Amino acid sequence: MGSQETQLFLLFALGAALVLIVGFYSLLTTRNLIRVVINMEILSKGVMLLLIAAGNAVDRSALAQAMAITMIIIEVAVVVVAVGVILCVYRHHRSLDTSLLREIKG
Amino acid sequence: MTTIDVILVTAFVLGAMTTVMTARVLRSAVALAATSAILAMLMFRLRSPIAGVFELSVCAGLIPVIFISTIGLTQRLGGEALAARRREKLRLYWALPLVVLLAGSVLLATKLPLDFIPPGPAGGQDVRQILWNLRHIDLIGQILVLGAGAFGVVILVKESKRG
Repeated sequence: MGSQETQLFLLFALGAALVLIVGFYSLLTTRNLIRVVINMEILSKGVMLLLIAAGNAVDRSALAQAMAITMIIIEVAVVVVAVGVILCVYRHHRSLDTSLLREIKG
Repeated sequence: MTTIDVILVTAFVLGAMTTVMTARVLRSAVALAATSAILAMLMFRLRSPIAGVFELSVCAGLIPVIFISTIGLTQRLGGEALAARRREKLRLYWALPLVVLLAGSVLLATKLPLDFIPPGPAGGQDVRQILWNLRHIDLIGQILVLGAGAFGVVILVKESKRG
């Protein structure tokens, strides 16, 4: 990598690292189930930026894009399944507090 | 590195912070959509336009719709509950901007070695070649997963009509 590419990658890696910190902080403090899924989305955005920036830095943008597209598709499926689980929990408890999930058996 | 890159990365971090720090979950979902749109712009800047289009259409379009449908089915906050939630948010998240600033300063001050080259066989190829020639079996799986996601959205919309 040249000096210009290294600086660009450093900027994007810094942004991705800060977004990951924001996501982890919020994931550790929140107790709302919808917010937990939103925080997972934030984490995946940080990872995706890092993936695309790394692909650009080593001139393998095509491979990085293919991986990012796969990641986006899996993300949709994860969100839909998580939302289904959230609706089931809400119907059962009439609340979205994660502390209620401690009562789950199994 | 240009000014627009710095502005976009800053907006991306601020968007993520807004998403986690707002009291209303609905506003969080909208802020998440805005963060996805900024990420799509970053992808365009990083020579990844096809991934950027996917990010813009799916993550800034479809996923917020799923979140907003779910919020509509579950959460209805009154004035008192919202005020209590705002107080709780302030108590939990006052340290987050400080943590982000501190982490940013530490990472900027640390000189990390960045001369790595990740392994991979597909350098210099087009993304369509990779998707259709090298990863076509994965692509079938992806189409099935996307179909399952779309089916889930249809069920959610039906639930919201029934509710």
